[in-house]
Amino acid sequence: MITFFIRHFDRTAIGFVTTLLLIAVVVPLLNLAVPESSAFHIPTYLVSLWGKYLAYALLALALDLVWGYCGILSLGHGAFFALGGYAMGMYLMRQIGARGVYADPVLPDFMVFLNWKELPITWYFFDHIGYTLLMIVLVPSVIAFVFGWFAFRSRVTGVYLSIITQSLTYALLLAFFRNDMGFGGNNGLTDFKYIIGFPVQAASTRATLFALTALFLALGFLLARAMVVSRFGQILASIRDAESRTRFLGYRVEHYKVLVFVVSAAMAGIAGALYVPQVGIINPSEFSPSNSIEAVIWVAVGGRGTLVGAAIGAVLVNFAKTWLTGSFPELWLYGLGALFILVTLFLPKGIVGSLAVVVQRMKGGSAA
Amino acid sequence: MLRRLFVIFGLVVLLAGGAVRASYADDATLTLKRLATDNYADIELGIAAVAASGLPSAEAVLNALADSRLSYRSADKALFFKDASGSWIDAATNTMPAEQPSGLKPVKVNNRVRRALEAALGSMTLMAADPQKRIAAAEAVFKSRDVNTLAALESVIAKEQDAVVKRHFEEARAAVLLLKVDAPESDRVAAAERLGERGDQDSLALLGAVSEANASANTVVAAKLAAKGISRRLALLSTVQNAWYGLSLGSVLLLAAIGLAITFGVMGIINMAHGEMVMLGAYTTFVVQEIIRTKAPGLFDWSLPIAIPLAFCVSALVGLLIERTIIRYLYGRPLETLLATWGVSLMLQQAVRSAFGANNREVGAPSYMSGVWDLNGFQITYGRLWIILFGLAVFVALLGVIKGTSLGLKMRAVIQNRRMAAAMGIRTPLVDALTFALGSGVAGIAGVALSQIDNVSPNLGQSYIIDSFLVVVFGGVGNLWGTLLGALSLGLANKFLEPIAGAVLGKIILLAVIILFIQRRPRGLFALKGRAVEQ
Repeated sequence: MITFFIRHFDRTAIGFVTTLLLIAVVVPLLNLAVPESSAFHIPTYLVSLWGKYLAYALLALALDLVWGYCGILSLGHGAFFALGGYAMGMYLMRQIGARGVYADPVLPDFMVFLNWKELPITWYFFDHIGYTLLMIVLVPSVIAFVFGWFAFRSRVTGVYLSIITQSLTYALLLAFFRNDMGFGGNNGLTDFKYIIGFPVQAASTRATLFALTALFLALGFLLARAMVVSRFGQILASIRDAESRTRFLGYRVEHYKVLVFVVSAAMAGIAGALYVPQVGIINPSEFSPSNSIEAVIWVAVGGRGTLVGAAIGAVLVNFAKTWLTGSFPELWLYGLGALFILVTLFLPKGIVGSLAVVVQRMKGGSAA
Repeated sequence: MLRRLFVIFGLVVLLAGGAVRASYADDATLTLKRLATDNYADIELGIAAVAASGLPSAEAVLNALADSRLSYRSADKALFFKDASGSWIDAATNTMPAEQPSGLKPVKVNNRVRRALEAALGSMTLMAADPQKRIAAAEAVFKSRDVNTLAALESVIAKEQDAVVKRHFEEARAAVLLLKVDAPESDRVAAAERLGERGDQDSLALLGAVSEANASANTVVAAKLAAKGISRRLALLSTVQNAWYGLSLGSVLLLAAIGLAITFGVMGIINMAHGEMVMLGAYTTFVVQEIIRTKAPGLFDWSLPIAIPLAFCVSALVGLLIERTIIRYLYGRPLETLLATWGVSLMLQQAVRSAFGANNREVGAPSYMSGVWDLNGFQITYGRLWIILFGLAVFVALLGVIKGTSLGLKMRAVIQNRRMAAAMGIRTPLVDALTFALGSGVAGIAGVALSQIDNVSPNLGQSYIIDSFLVVVFGGVGNLWGTLLGALSLGLANKFLEPIAGAVLGKIILLAVIILFIQRRPRGLFALKGRAVEQ
């Protein structure tokens, strides 16, 4: 196993994982152990902000796995992200317990407000962290499986698939807006207090969540990397480049696609679950199709089919978003729009992909 | 008594010219004199006579009586009333007499007289000269079901010439009679049938109130039968109404999607900025209206016909610009085009937001777009009607362009086989550019129509883009008839699901159904066959 990783890992991959593990340790330390007066101190809000970026990076990684390696452009990956987030949100809501405004020991505040008497079946067992963790992975996976099974078996490909994934997340957006769905409607779930007994707002909890996010990003990367460098990954690439030919060679294309789609959805779900406690809210707008499309541009900016690039793209674009929406709110949409256009026109391989080409050329040049 | 009045009235109608006036005045004095008494019972009868007389001064006289402003001269029983300024008016001629009358005695009023007066005044408008006023009065009686108006109704029904007004009168009478316990059975049965013919919600409620407790068995049976008929009719009506709304929504979807169908069909690319082309068209309409408002308010009704070609040009030019600067470098990479055009859509939204502000802009409706056409309970708003007609007109025009022009021929050739078309000497890049401009221009035209029914805001396009895609994919790419069928069936399905499942849930069900449908038929209703499919 270890030899497999070592054999197949180039320097970029090793560097990426090492960096992630490093910041998972160093950032919490700088936040908690270094006094606030020190120049090296990282304030808690920054820890949460970067934790959010890393959760987005995991989502981008999941998207790159299906888009970059299998050619499935999903415009609905935000849905899996949001589903994972909702599962975590439900756990956090039930952790509030009697500490809510209406002090109902079982029902979350919004249900008391809606005059509900009983907990809906969908909310059962969400007070157990184990069950919640299971659901975070299971719900997006099952939906991805059912959706993918139907879509890939009927050979829905290309833009058609993009459109129906977009419709999927749009339908879920509309559904979660409804109060009778029992997921907080318009306002979503918020006002979280405790996670596994620790206060959500506390600096130590936030630092831990950050470390966990970095860790899961590293794990997700390792899993995705293992998938794409194996024989399985080679078949994925051949499906991406010539689907019909792969099918005629005797491979069950739809099985491969469904599997990679489900794995990717589960990763997106985990990303959502890590995102929610750090941001403190989850509401239906996470399902909006524009969020999913934005995630696609993170991957495109970083470089599709590079995994590392997807993660870097997510962090870069979101960092720019935070900065621009803060300093020049008018400019943000222009910037994002221009990014979409320029990257597709001039940087089809993304930052990491283009850098790789440059490095390759320099090496080739020195050899010749 | 009434009959004699009718005879007199009939004679009056028959007589012509100056003779009318003379005999009319004679008749008036005769009728009015019946009020010139101290006997309350006589006054009560006199009120009904005056009310039924159709005299020009009748309403004024009765109002004066109600306010105790009416008096009579004991000498010749001539009636006078005080007007607002306090001077006496001769009731018979409705003019100020040459000299102020003297020796007047007020006409006295008690509670019974007052009640008769109220009923009479209520039914007075039943005789108004304006047919619309008569209908309104009949409807008022229909609602109040005041038994006291029955006599007045009978009299006006007998002499009404206008068939429509007469129908309203008879319906009002039926409403009164149906629940009048002491009315003859035959009348009540006839009333039930009459209300059954009227067939609206109010009639249904009235018929529902008939039971064994207040009616004979025959009446109850007739009422039940009529109610059943109405329920059936109302169900049919709501179906027709739903179909109409569905058709209207379908034509909106058609307008929004048809441009997309062309660009998608010919170039195989998804233009995510298509919704923004629609938005540009809507804002063009807004600008045109603003200019007309300030420069030439008289032209306001022409604002839409003026805006249509302008919106086409604006959107087509922007489309051409996008095609020349971005899309042409991305042919053969549909997913990348999708992302780049999404970027374009974001920039266009922000540009419009910077130029016009984030708030909704007010686009007015010309006079011919407002108003309702009531077709026997089936309501057609003119705005919707125009949009349906407009949608169909755009569809037919586009079909004409594709089937009948040289550009259309080349477009069809490129759809069927791009390389073969190029080999035959068709300049495919030019066809692509013109097609994209055409599709964008049509989206601009759609924006003119949508500005009439939706909020004109920078987000206008966003709300239509997903639906438009679904229409195109559902109908099948590269086939305008498929788009038409897709748009109409989605519109109809949406409106028929709404009453059953609610607006949001209906939409979700529809999305789920379309997702499943695309799984069954990945290329839509009308799929292209042959080599063009696998590219």
